[in-house]
Amino acid sequence: MDWGFILERTFSTMFGVEVMVFALAAVGLNVQFGYAGLLNFGQVGFMAVGAYGLGTAISWLGINFWFAILFGVAYSVILGLILGLPTLRLRADYLAIVTIAASEAIRLFVRWRRMKDITGASEGIGEFADPFYDVSPFGVGVRYEFGPFSYLGRDLWVLVVGWTILILTVLFVRRLMSSPWGRAVKAVREDEDAARALGKNAYMFKLQALVLGGVIGGMAGMLQVIQKGSIQPDTFNPVITFTIWAILILGGAGRTWSPIVGAMIYWSAISFLENVLRQLPDGASSNLEDTIGLSDFNISQVRFILVGLGLLLLARYRPQGIFGSREEMALDDR
Amino acid sequence: MLEAPGRIWAIMAVALAVAVPLFFGSSAHAQEVDAEIFGVLRYEDAETEEDVLVADVEVEISNESGVVGTTTSDEDGRFAVSVTSDGEYTVTLDEDTLPEGVNLRSADNNPLETSVNDGKDRRVLFPLVEGEGGSTSGSGGVSLRRISQLTVEGFKLGLYLAMAAIGLSLIFGTTGLTNFAHAELITFGMLTTYMFNFYGLAAIIGFLAPLPPPFGGGVNLLFAALLGMLSGCALGYLLNRFIFKGARKAGVSLIAQLVMTIGLSILLRYSMLYLFRGGPRTFGDFAAQRALKLGPVELTPKDLVAMALSVVILLGVGSYLQLTRMGKAMRAVADNRELAESTGIDVERVIMLVWVTGGGLAALSGVFFGLDQVKWDFGFRILLLVFAAVTLGGLGTAYGALIGSLIVGLAINLSTLLIDAEVKNMVAFFFLAIILLFRPHGILGRPERVG
Repeated sequence: MDWGFILERTFSTMFGVEVMVFALAAVGLNVQFGYAGLLNFGQVGFMAVGAYGLGTAISWLGINFWFAILFGVAYSVILGLILGLPTLRLRADYLAIVTIAASEAIRLFVRWRRMKDITGASEGIGEFADPFYDVSPFGVGVRYEFGPFSYLGRDLWVLVVGWTILILTVLFVRRLMSSPWGRAVKAVREDEDAARALGKNAYMFKLQALVLGGVIGGMAGMLQVIQKGSIQPDTFNPVITFTIWAILILGGAGRTWSPIVGAMIYWSAISFLENVLRQLPDGASSNLEDTIGLSDFNISQVRFILVGLGLLLLARYRPQGIFGSREEMALDDR
Repeated sequence: MLEAPGRIWAIMAVALAVAVPLFFGSSAHAQEVDAEIFGVLRYEDAETEEDVLVADVEVEISNESGVVGTTTSDEDGRFAVSVTSDGEYTVTLDEDTLPEGVNLRSADNNPLETSVNDGKDRRVLFPLVEGEGGSTSGSGGVSLRRISQLTVEGFKLGLYLAMAAIGLSLIFGTTGLTNFAHAELITFGMLTTYMFNFYGLAAIIGFLAPLPPPFGGGVNLLFAALLGMLSGCALGYLLNRFIFKGARKAGVSLIAQLVMTIGLSILLRYSMLYLFRGGPRTFGDFAAQRALKLGPVELTPKDLVAMALSVVILLGVGSYLQLTRMGKAMRAVADNRELAESTGIDVERVIMLVWVTGGGLAALSGVFFGLDQVKWDFGFRILLLVFAAVTLGGLGTAYGALIGSLIVGLAINLSTLLIDAEVKNMVAFFFLAIILLFRPHGILGRPERVG
């Protein structure tokens, strides 16, 4: 087994595209759930409308790439309003049901055959991200090496832009949450009635937090499809949402850097496990295949099984996350 | 005395859990057999309503080691390929060789997965339609015949949904838990029934495999469904006993428990994919039935029987809730837990029975849905519908779930008069949004403040 290779892959993953995209989506969820206590189980829906807002504006409306980003943002805002207006006055679990349903409805809608001319139906949208790579200072096909890390020029450009956005967003959220607005949002999370008694409009604060988190999610969706170079409807499935939840709870909800920490732990663990399983000596791997039917083909399914198990155990035994403290956020009833 | 039934359940369930990996162990013993995988390709002519047999379509059958055989359908639309060993096969229809204007009803159904057991011939079904596949959309026009057909299918969907929804609603009512893993209970019933149907009790206890049915070989679907339902009860019991009971005792908040059910749902779903693999399959019995014409509507005999059975089961559940002591206790706990507890009701026992009943009903619903198609993520794909039904009826009320299910089933099917079948499930989402705007407590729920 080549441990050097496995560790190199694991470290490269820690700063890779998945960590960047999922951390950003988790920052959005952190605003919604961590600070405002909203059970958004449709974060992938925000990612989808962000991605499709960008893609359809370019391929269907023929709008300039940089201007099209505003469409992705606008669609995320609209989705946040549609989901929030009817549900935020109700008990928390109604929002969970509605958001999970909405994210599936969005996926069904964009892959609808009649949407072919607009969203490309099940084939999706391709070839829209060229202007982004045209301004890249890195050679597209060149491999850049930094010590143990190595990335293709194309990915490196996405990573530089993505991590800059991610860090700026985290700093912005940190600043925001210590502002009067942020303190009011946390007050609503802790005790809605008390906040209301002090004259705060709890409903508006929750709605604003939902929309803000949604826009951040939409940005994550845009970055993801820019890196892929294409938009596929079926990549926006609910498992993405659950992974984001696992990441956020892993890092500790309601904490500034937890989305990034959680995403790094999650994806490097996944990468480590997959690489170890794929590199097992022949004897051991055929043994595994004979006894539990594990093969190259279904290794990635094991990963989802572990996500599920991890989420179950974390929520049960450490609802505040690995590094979190119980005072700030403990997945409490609100 | 009270503990004893619990222990039996636990032993049964542990046996089940230990045995799951043996599913495939039991199918592995390769033996020379002489079996045939066959099917008949036909579609109904839209105007004359007569069956047309489709010749000259290429079908390929393969297994793990590669292509086993290819064939072309004959003048009677029949195709057949001989296979020489038991095991799993994939049947692929070459859609390019279908006649002009004839398509698969659902692209999901190609390729099909099937398995040969004990050298028995196996029939596979590729439903064909004239015109666009994938949906019989709004273009079908509005005729009395179509409306009555859709109404009957709406009732069918509603009845099957109701069996899953009642359990979900009762669990919510008694424990406050929003159980996202309920969908996996549906799939679990479907898949275990498939396994019993093909491998008999050997699906649980691997070393029985060499014995004759019902021990080694597959059993009749009705018996398999009974075993599947019992497995669902056992899983429901297990989930409560080993996961949620402890969480309730430890005072884990309801939100954290909700997140737990989501983790559990992913865990169960992908375990089932791991063990069962991805392709859609059909049960061994009644797979290819011809529809009966009953006045303006057409139904296959299996659907007719399943609908009648589900009505009987729902009536049974209704009278159980209405007439028996335990049923009354369930409703009382769902209504007001503290008050029920103070009248001497053993709340934990009620919750246990609610999980067992809910698990069994969800499993049965999975069996009925599985008459059309058996797939590892089926439950998750209808989770939205179940939640829409429960919310519509009023979270926590058993009868509300029943009414909500029927309304959702009818609304979804009748909506295809106006929109494509492909997006009909979106209707359920709009229902949800509208209910929450105007009547968040649902049809039968109490109009208390839920904010």
